[in-house]
Amino acid sequence: MIATFAFYLFAGFVVLGAAMTILSKNPVHSVLWLILSFFNAAGLFVLLGAEFLAMILVIVYVGAVAVLFLFVVMMLDVDFARLRAGFSRYLPFGLALAVVLLAELLLVFSGGSFGISAAAPSHAPVIAGMTNTQALGSLIYTRYVFIFQAAGMVLLTAMIGAIVLTHRQRPGIRKQSIDFQNARTPASAIHVVDAPRGEGVTL
Amino acid sequence: MIGLGHYLAVGAILFVIGVLGIFINRKNVIIILMSIELILLSVNINLVAFSSFAHDLVGQVFAMFVLTVAAGEAAIGLAILVVYFRNRGTITVDDINQMKG
Repeated sequence: MIATFAFYLFAGFVVLGAAMTILSKNPVHSVLWLILSFFNAAGLFVLLGAEFLAMILVIVYVGAVAVLFLFVVMMLDVDFARLRAGFSRYLPFGLALAVVLLAELLLVFSGGSFGISAAAPSHAPVIAGMTNTQALGSLIYTRYVFIFQAAGMVLLTAMIGAIVLTHRQRPGIRKQSIDFQNARTPASAIHVVDAPRGEGVTL
Repeated sequence: MIGLGHYLAVGAILFVIGVLGIFINRKNVIIILMSIELILLSVNINLVAFSSFAHDLVGQVFAMFVLTVAAGEAAIGLAILVVYFRNRGTITVDDINQMKG
């Protein structure tokens, strides 16, 4: 009973957040609705018994990706009202397409049970005596270890790519050059002059 | 009782909302990126639902990899967006024709 209520609560907020994400006028609001959507999707994952993925979703999406979006939206000085021009022009066509697509998808999903007993959710861990996190770890560090490392390479590539893309050398900036500093010796840095009394020195 | 079909329906609705978001916000590339995130989330919901109902953990492993790719994609996409804005002063999708593709 409570699981049913929780499902409809989470599902409703996921859909509401997603809808408001694409409909909000202000992109900052869009990002905040996106965060709500991801939080409730994490709730759905908990209901499905995938606690580790739920926590990863909160950490990765709410903690990193959504903040990245927020950062970019606030950093770029964009006239968002102009970007919304044509919103109502594309809306009828988009809605028609969405209705058709949704009808098709629901038709497919309501058709068969995919050979799975439809009313047997596993809220318990799939492997007996193991939590979800343990079971997932025992899988990705053994059978899927190479794919796991490939995922790490994807993240490394993304990180290097993002840094290379956004890093820029600005001209006219005074920076410390450590090798030049270290290469200086007393002989080259200090100049001793005999200063005659009562006169100036020319260097 | 909540069955597999309910979760698949949520995934389908989320997917369609993502596609609709790409359609109606054709000029705002930030919202388009968010719509792609929504689509990937719907894929994840489907993977995890199947994994849970089929008692097979592999679906969750793949959902994790989808999450990885989605995070990388968001980072690269926003980096490209920042560089593009720095060069052109606008992010209107219609104006992106510098490569004359």
